[in-house]
This record gives sequence, structure tokens and C-alpha cells, in this order.
Amino acid sequence: MNQNRRVLLKGTFAAGATGIAISAGLLTPKAVLAAWPKAAFEAKDANAALEATFGSSSTTKSGDIKLKAPDIAENGAVVPITVTSKIAGTEVISIVVANNSVPLAATFNLGANTKGFVSTRIKMGKTSDVTAVVKAGGKLYSTSKNVKVTIGGCGG
Amino acid sequence: MAKSSIKVRAKVKKGEAKVKCLISHPMETGLRKNKKTGKLIPARFIQEVVCESSGKTVMNAQWNGTISKNPFLSFAFSGAKSGDKIKISWVDNTGKSDSTEATMK
Repeated sequence: MNQNRRVLLKGTFAAGATGIAISAGLLTPKAVLAAWPKAAFEAKDANAALEATFGSSSTTKSGDIKLKAPDIAENGAVVPITVTSKIAGTEVISIVVANNSVPLAATFNLGANTKGFVSTRIKMGKTSDVTAVVKAGGKLYSTSKNVKVTIGGCGG
Repeated sequence: MAKSSIKVRAKVKKGEAKVKCLISHPMETGLRKNKKTGKLIPARFIQEVVCESSGKTVMNAQWNGTISKNPFLSFAFSGAKSGDKIKISWVDNTGKSDSTEATMK
């Protein structure tokens, strides 16, 4: 009960603060309302997701991308994934889990000075190939790794 | 002030900043069922995380419910110096948002 009240207060405060920030011109509306690629995140298979994100699903395998993921993930709800891209001019890194009900997990748009490196934790429903897709200089590169999942982490 | 949902640690080494952050958020996919009532728990996940430093957007991440609960995120960028500010903000699919600012070490 008390906790709910906290959450509510927090939410109201955050919303209020953002509103003020916008009206004061502190935040550019672009940063707040950047279009979230709904189609890409609703696509049911990996190729369609890539198509919606990058406009193409043909990728070149590259050894310059390193995908660090466990061989066996005991808990599918928390699978640590690290992507390191040595390709010059890496602009976008996407993580795709082929056998998830929604394959596209995340898209990271990198700034000009940002290194080709991201690390996060994802959920996996079952054993699947995890693919890191990198966009650099208008081309798509990818690398995959099979991750075995003992307990799924999507629903159920 | 209410405690922020974001924890940020950023360290600068030879002009390269490595940022780690933890966000406390349920990240519901909308596919999970409440075991008692059998009803689906509505989706609630972070859609976008924006990171800014010195007025520039360093990274903009778009997520869906596939990212784990209480998401962890780490990335690196160059051209940073110790004492620079870094700002992280997120927006979820219910329109809630939060942001925090930290000083890089």
C-alpha cells in the first residue's frame, strides 16, 4: 500500500519534471519523442525485424564483431550479452534473438565518438542463435552465437 | 527529491569514458501471466534510453520487453574528460520517464 503510493508519487514527479523541462526548452523534443520503431519490434521473425530496422536483411559475416554470450544460460531471464565491433564507423548495433517471440531485442544508435561496444542483459525464451548486427558505412555486418537456455525467461 | 531509478557510474581513462548504468524497472513483456488470476500482466518496458554528455547525444538505445528486468547497460565513448557531466534518461511504453545526471570520474 505504502509502496504503491511511493511509486505513484515518483511517477507524478517524474512526469511533472519532464513537462517543466520541455516548456523551459531544456530538452529538445526530439530526444523525448524520438520515433520508436514499432514495426521492427513487432516483427515475428528475424529477417523481417532487420528489414524494418535497416531496410535490408542481407548481412555480411564479419570476424571484426565480437559477441560475448554464455554457451549455456541457466536462467533465460538474464542472459548477459556484450557486443564489441572493431569495424570503423560503427553507427548502429542491434541484438537479435532468432527464436524469441519478438526477435529484435535492442537497437543502439551510437554517436560519432561512441565506441563500438555495448553490454546489456536480455531475456531468452529458449535455446537460440543470438545475432549481433552492426551497421557501418551503410553496410550491414553480423556475427552469431548459439546460446543454450535451460530455463526460459519469457512468460510461463 | 524522489530517489532516481537510475544508477550511473562513469570512469574516464585516457580520454575514453566507460559508462555503466543500472535502471530499476519491471520490464514486463506483456506475455507473462499472473499465476493467481491467470490474467496477462500488461506490458511495461523501457522503449528508449538516451545518454547525453556535454550537450551531445552519445547513445540512443531502443529496447523492447526482451531486455531483462532491472536493465543493465554499458557502453564507451571517446573525447571525454574527468569531471564532465553525463545524463541518462529513459521513457517506457506507458509514457513514464526518468532521468539522472552524474559526474564522470
